[in-house]
Amino acid sequence: MRHARALGYVLLLLMLVAAPRFLSSYHLSLLGRFLALAILALGLVLVWGWGGVLSLGQGVFFGIGAYVLAMHLKLAALGPGELPDFMQWSGLDHLPWWWSILHSTWLTVAAVAIVPGLAAGALAWLVFRRRVGGVYFALLTQALALAFSTLLVSQQPYTGGFNGLTDFSTLFGLSLIDPQFQKRLYWATVALLALVFVFLQWLLRSNFGKVLLAIRDGENRIRFLGYNPVPYKVAAFALGGVFAGMAGALFTLNIGVISPAMIGVMPSIEMVVWVAVGGRASLIGAVAGTLAVNFAKDWISSAMPDLWLFAIGALFVLIVMLLPNGLSGIGETIQNVRWRLSRRMAGAKKGKGLEEAAVCVAVKEGARITAETPDEA
Amino acid sequence: MGEAGVIAGQVFNGVSVGSILLLAALGLALSFGVMNVINMAHGEFLMVGGYISYLVCQAVHGPYAFLVALVAAFAGAALLGGLLETGVIRWLYGRPLDTLLATWGIGLILQQAARSIFGAIGVEVIAPAWLNGSWSVKHGLFQGLDFPFIRLFIIALVAVVLGLVWLFIARTRWGMLLRAVHQDRQMAEALGINTRRVDLVVFALGSGVAGLGGSALALIAPVTPTVGQSYIVYAFLIVIVGGLGSLLGTGLAALAVGLFSATTQIFTSVSLADVLLLACVILFIQFRPKGIITQRSRALEEA
Repeated sequence: MRHARALGYVLLLLMLVAAPRFLSSYHLSLLGRFLALAILALGLVLVWGWGGVLSLGQGVFFGIGAYVLAMHLKLAALGPGELPDFMQWSGLDHLPWWWSILHSTWLTVAAVAIVPGLAAGALAWLVFRRRVGGVYFALLTQALALAFSTLLVSQQPYTGGFNGLTDFSTLFGLSLIDPQFQKRLYWATVALLALVFVFLQWLLRSNFGKVLLAIRDGENRIRFLGYNPVPYKVAAFALGGVFAGMAGALFTLNIGVISPAMIGVMPSIEMVVWVAVGGRASLIGAVAGTLAVNFAKDWISSAMPDLWLFAIGALFVLIVMLLPNGLSGIGETIQNVRWRLSRRMAGAKKGKGLEEAAVCVAVKEGARITAETPDEA
Repeated sequence: MGEAGVIAGQVFNGVSVGSILLLAALGLALSFGVMNVINMAHGEFLMVGGYISYLVCQAVHGPYAFLVALVAAFAGAALLGGLLETGVIRWLYGRPLDTLLATWGIGLILQQAARSIFGAIGVEVIAPAWLNGSWSVKHGLFQGLDFPFIRLFIIALVAVVLGLVWLFIARTRWGMLLRAVHQDRQMAEALGINTRRVDLVVFALGSGVAGLGGSALALIAPVTPTVGQSYIVYAFLIVIVGGLGSLLGTGLAALAVGLFSATTQIFTSVSLADVLLLACVILFIQFRPKGIITQRSRALEEA
């Protein structure tokens, strides 16, 4: 069974690697773009599916990675002593220091992963160390997405404002519009996706993954067992940020532009849908969900633009209510429903006896009593 | 106008913004306190209230049409809230994060529906004649200050609504049931309280108050399909700062957020004020992770 699954993954990977031979360059660029997004989705599986931490601000970390790379590309397109066009328009006469350090390609590549990871880790640490979590954290990340995107828009002289950054020409001295470069970029995306996939597969099976899952299902119980859940959650969230940043950088390379509209509140929450559709705890589900939702979006929003918001709104409701484990959990969901139905039928025959009700209350009460603890200081 | 005047003017603006935010946050805080559920479509209830006021003001004429619109906005939004509770939220009990996502989906559908019906451009509610004009300070330290009647009316409206909600919670039978469920859901159930029905009432009430907020907003700005989005994130922050379902905490937090935005905007831009606000909220939860007003409880995990 496990071998069959591994074989399936290898076949899938071979198909992705061979895709440039069979797809038109338009569809290839779409696929490359969406595979880059799938890296972010894998991070969400770690954070949300396994860590139980819902982030509605993943666009922020995606955006940091994207902007870091875009700033480097912008600089690479300039002659010596020149300033990016939007800076000249805004009357800036020299490059800010946090722009000029991105002249170095290798530093940029490192920053694409490290800066979003640090930002995510810092936020998570500040919030989780005071045992704030769950809904609060989701709302805070959404506020962060709003603040970050409006800040980018308002700082026009430094960030290109509403239009974002575009007009890139070279990376590592290679021309970005060269078809050969496009293919290499696609393969690099596939390679990174596969790497992240294998890494997460390993991580989730390790002790770290097990503790993370246990934190999701009963954070206080894990505390009673002597674990401190905070470092686990912070590490998971920081890793999610790293993957989001990488995805952002690759996405920017694929599409040739990054703007605040691509990373604000709405795009951030769409990212959660990709994972929800595929199944929040399934790595392969997240990749499939990302591809499915994005191809659907591409198709619907060009054919019937008004319909897209209806469609994605309905998708949110239906997935959460009918398929909480997404497409990859259909089998499990059906089993659950059948089990419940059969139990209900049996209950209807017997009638819910007093004993059963008493057991229910006792179990609930027991759970409450074990959960009680002295007031925190 | 002197420096004192500028500051006093911004304080007034802060109170006025805070009072609208309070209407938006009140329902959120109520349903979060009682049901542990955050309704991401709550901003769209503001929008619905705004559009209902617009429709009523188109249909009804006369000086007091707007008061009719207020009542209609409350009723319409409350009805919609009741539908949402019975149709969606009830089925997701105990899964707060999933509730966030599902209600966000509902919000998107409502937004797009409004765009299809009313268009993307805002519609205006003309304020009644008795709200035109303003009260200005002629002499003394605050000379030159201007208090528009519309803003004063909104502040008064919020005060009245707050008083009524307090009366409802503190003095009626339903309010007593609500407090019981808020304190201990299981115990309330064991005593025979129909908690499902209490949930429905709380949720409809909160939605209705948001509808009132939308109606008030329509007086000062055009109603657009995305009007809710621009206020709701502040309302979420208010719920975080205010504490779990505490009326007083929510009120204080709304006032604090309103004043904070208004005063920081003297020194910086609106977008930087947003960033500062978020930073302050994160700083705040370092000291009081459970909000301004906390409920003392021995339970480790809130059910």
